[in-house]
Amino acid sequence: MGMEILGLPMMYYIAMVAKVLVTFIFVLLTVAYATYAERKIIGHMQVRLGPMRTGWHGLLQPIADGLKLFFKEEIIPSQASTFAFLVAPLIALVPAFITFAVIPFGGVIEIAGYKIPMQVAAYYDTAAGQVFDINVGVLYILAMSSLGVYGIVLAGWSSNSKYSLMGGLRASAQLISYELAAGLSIIAVFMLSGTLSLNKIVALQSGFGGFEWYIFKQPLAAFMFFVTSLAEINRTPFDLPEAETELVSGFCTEYSSMKYAMFFMAEYANMVTVSAMTVTLFLGGWNGPFTDAMPLLGPVYFIAKVYFLMFVCMWIRATLPRYRYDQLMHLGWKVFIPLALVNIVVTGIIGYFI
Amino acid sequence: METLFFLIITLVAIVSAILVITFKNPINSALSLIMTFFCLATYYVMLDAPFMAAVQVMVYAGAIMVLMVFTIMLLNIRVDASKKHSHKIFLGSIIGFITFFNLAYILFKSRAAAPTGPYSVDMIKQIGHTELIGKEMFTNFLLPFEITSILLLVAIVGAVILAKKKI
Repeated sequence: MGMEILGLPMMYYIAMVAKVLVTFIFVLLTVAYATYAERKIIGHMQVRLGPMRTGWHGLLQPIADGLKLFFKEEIIPSQASTFAFLVAPLIALVPAFITFAVIPFGGVIEIAGYKIPMQVAAYYDTAAGQVFDINVGVLYILAMSSLGVYGIVLAGWSSNSKYSLMGGLRASAQLISYELAAGLSIIAVFMLSGTLSLNKIVALQSGFGGFEWYIFKQPLAAFMFFVTSLAEINRTPFDLPEAETELVSGFCTEYSSMKYAMFFMAEYANMVTVSAMTVTLFLGGWNGPFTDAMPLLGPVYFIAKVYFLMFVCMWIRATLPRYRYDQLMHLGWKVFIPLALVNIVVTGIIGYFI
Repeated sequence: METLFFLIITLVAIVSAILVITFKNPINSALSLIMTFFCLATYYVMLDAPFMAAVQVMVYAGAIMVLMVFTIMLLNIRVDASKKHSHKIFLGSIIGFITFFNLAYILFKSRAAAPTGPYSVDMIKQIGHTELIGKEMFTNFLLPFEITSILLLVAIVGAVILAKKKI
């Protein structure tokens, strides 16, 4: 394979850079157009038209929004603690994006005799004849999502405003409680799969026309994971940290211009991550008919499934009212965590006898 | 390649560790401590222990430091910058040096320098790091594991009793 750099073929580096770029740009575009899709979908559900003025049916709306935010005045409150205030949007945004490093979005494709698995943090070992990925992929995602809380807490605290502080406190309490339930609910999946590698989890769900998907074996876990993840990323009906009626705009009240846009992007990127994670763990990942013959169909199925789940998120937002704070905590600690524990025990007992 | 990577990570680790004790604002210190934890997690990955790395980030950076940051924020601790010269610095640096030389001595002289055990790198790569830890924890180290669990349970019950006014 021609040139070698530090013991690895040139193709390896090209493939890695290409994968990172493609994934990153894809997520960025999805985030931009998710804001448009959300406004359109909710608009139509409420018998409105949504954005119509910029471009054909408002298709240029995300670009107009981005430009508007970009040219707004950047304000740092005089009493804010500057370092934390500047760093908080970055801390919120980065974990939301780097989780995509471990999510497999397709099978193995072959370019110029070099096999490339469609997963950023993975390589194809020709000697062993199989794909190696990070073998604690799920834990990596859980670890990264637990870091997102810093962005919110720091934003709330450093703004030096009561609304921000309340929003930040609410967000972090919610995140910490629901992280636990989300983590516990997917343990049942590992008990079935016996591995933490996302690549192998997807491989185990192939075949039988979709009936091998873990959503059929673990319906309760799938439901709990999706709902707790919604709570973790502060989506409606759990968007208390940004409850406009009580807290203005929550932890990002004092933010303006691009820093506000970064929080906004982090929220939507988190939505993509959660959808991708649910698809990978419960909906068979990139599996679908004819993927063996045409490996490029894998990403198509994966994207279709992710977009469907994002549509469900928006649907929920248009339909359900917001939870009250004590109900939210009650739901997290007294309903989801015990249910997840019971689910683990039941899975263990059934797994022992089968 | 690995040496270069190791050097970069070590540089970041040392700089952020120094920043932990030199920042005046305790929140910034806490943030650089999180950075240090990240570098530790990277070392675990380089030692073929990805499970340890993930747990390091999840438990230390994700859970324990969140509590610390919360405490600092809500109690609003401010460090008095005028109290720079204190005998505590002198005493602390002596203790620091003693600990450093102790650790260096142990690392260079004892068996820790060249560990020998049943688990080789090839074996970990073949069976999997997570699987090996799980197997050891639930067979050979079952009793310590259970005792630790009970200890944590006691702590949880204690926290509930302290926080609740009426039981």
